[in-house]
Amino acid sequence: MTRKQKKTLWRIIVSVAMLIICEALSAAISPPRWAGLLMYLVPYFIIGYDILKKACMGIINRQVFDENFLMAVATIGAIALGEYREGAAVMLFYQIGELFQSVAVGRSRRSISELMDLCPDFVNIETENGIESVDPDEVEVGSEIIVRPGERIPIDGVITEGVTSLDTAALTGESLPVDAQPGAKVHSGTINISGLIRVRTTKAFCDSTASKIMELVENSGAQKSHSEDFISKFARYYTPAVCYGAIALAVLPPIIRLIFGSSPAWGSWIMRALTFLVISCPCALVISIPLTFFAGIGGASAKGVLIKGSAYLESLSRTRCVAFDKTGTMTLGVFEVAGVHHSVMEERRLLDIAALAESGSGHPIARSIIAACGKAPELSRVSEIEEIPGCGVTAVIDGISAAVGNERLMERLGVKYRRCSHSGTVVHIALDGEYAGHILIADMIKPTAREAISALKLAGVRRTVMLTGDMESAAIPVAEEIGADEVYGSLLPEDKVRRVETLISEKDAKETVAFVGDGLNDAPVIARADVGIAMGALGSDAAIEAADVVIMDDDPVKIALALRVARKCMRIVYENIVFAIGVKLICLALGALGIAGMWLAIFADVGVMVIAVLNSIRALRIR
Amino acid sequence: MKKSYKIDVDCVNCARKMEDAANKTPGVKSAVVNFMALKMNVEFEDGADAKSVMADVLKACRRVESDCEIFGI
Repeated sequence: MTRKQKKTLWRIIVSVAMLIICEALSAAISPPRWAGLLMYLVPYFIIGYDILKKACMGIINRQVFDENFLMAVATIGAIALGEYREGAAVMLFYQIGELFQSVAVGRSRRSISELMDLCPDFVNIETENGIESVDPDEVEVGSEIIVRPGERIPIDGVITEGVTSLDTAALTGESLPVDAQPGAKVHSGTINISGLIRVRTTKAFCDSTASKIMELVENSGAQKSHSEDFISKFARYYTPAVCYGAIALAVLPPIIRLIFGSSPAWGSWIMRALTFLVISCPCALVISIPLTFFAGIGGASAKGVLIKGSAYLESLSRTRCVAFDKTGTMTLGVFEVAGVHHSVMEERRLLDIAALAESGSGHPIARSIIAACGKAPELSRVSEIEEIPGCGVTAVIDGISAAVGNERLMERLGVKYRRCSHSGTVVHIALDGEYAGHILIADMIKPTAREAISALKLAGVRRTVMLTGDMESAAIPVAEEIGADEVYGSLLPEDKVRRVETLISEKDAKETVAFVGDGLNDAPVIARADVGIAMGALGSDAAIEAADVVIMDDDPVKIALALRVARKCMRIVYENIVFAIGVKLICLALGALGIAGMWLAIFADVGVMVIAVLNSIRALRIR
Repeated sequence: MKKSYKIDVDCVNCARKMEDAANKTPGVKSAVVNFMALKMNVEFEDGADAKSVMADVLKACRRVESDCEIFGI
């Protein structure tokens, strides 16, 4: 608790004690009216002096519908009508409610910022006097910093010395540690687990990944959602409406009674009007809705999903159609050997021969073959490597002449080759002029891609569409494999934009279309979609800028996670809106009929607020 | 020019009042208060001096919410 909160707590304790004494005294000696008034005024002022002061300020600044002013009018009115006990108690409960709210919000604010606490506040630098801690803002780009085991890397850079494993959970939500050695790029916000490393910084502190993320999440409030707008508009009309209602309630019924010749009963009607004022504060709504969004955004960011504002949470919750790019989103975007077919020898040996032949080439396909071999080629076994541009290579391996390349190479050498029925790049191999089989190289589907699509369906997405620049023949098998509903191939970036526009025009008015891409090539599509999601954005500022929702790592399952967070937040928001407005309306009705008094009004008010706040905090927990 | 300030304020409503007050202060193009993050993001008019404008903003905020605070002016 802060000092301010502790002070309020003491005021509450003291005034509760004094109210009990007052009760006991008035029961024991039944003091005269004026003595009773004086007695109750002591705890009233102890608990309410700041409210009264703020109410006076409000009058000076012409802020009449300020909750302090309303509370002051309600309690002073009650006391003036001789209901001292109610006056003091209402003020007391109001303060208890405010204290609870302030503590609860402070707590969740702290737990959310702990989740997002990515930036260390010092950096270790080696100087003549040994290792010193300095302010991260003062570290220049290109300086060498030291990160001890257990510390967070403060600034983006490259490891120059030391081998370690890194915990990137704070950025990506991925709990498996990643090994890193000299030359590896490291992002700020990751935790150095095992060894001491030296890092040469490549960015300033304020431009580093962690600082960027913090800035983004903290500024997420700027994009206010419809629900938040609704609540602030509601609050703007609700309070004045209730106040005018109170005035009408205080004046009209007694006048009507006078006209009909019965006693006006001013006191009872004014008391009912004051009860209205107690219910007039929309606190529960005003506090709980931004709290829900903040908790949802905070909880999601702890899982490696950044949402740039509550407006996007809201549109994400209405997403029924998800379009996504293939390469890099659902596939790894790197070429790997997917199979060895029709081999005349053991598959490993054929792969070995191909790797040896390609050992001089820097082509990505050559590199993927060498990588699949798992070891560096023994160059002594190869001689007479000759590259035939656009076709492949020929070489002599272990004394046998080998040709490794595409169909054109085979045709040129007059070798009868077999076509491959799978999609991908095919590398044929001929040994001594005889066909020896082929290697299929394909972009690998991410291991979680299938799960990602089914998770989306579970989260209520009706239509999943794959949009890709690749040929349909390559795209359709991938789409079938992962379970996407529709697939469109051979699309240029502008075609993708047009496709997304078509999807947007085909959906219901209330639904939204999300597009998931890698954030670089797909930036225009991400911008055009109702919700633009960038994947694998760790270390890419451009992607973070372009998208509404950013998935830090490469895992497509997180798309569904983001959707679930959004749904849960919106559900909590609606629950709170319905619950709080419902209870207030019931209290207003009961108050007007004289069934509910001030006691019930204040209990309902504080109770609704407590429940709504507790409900909001649920948004922080994400499965 | 945009700048971000840490603030301290008790309730959402008070934060909204601060936002309104800041937006009405001359020299401020737009101001957004994020109660949850306790931050005020201010975009200044071209050529405005951030320091003196923020002093006015604080004064305006204090008038509507006596116990608020803006840090790092």
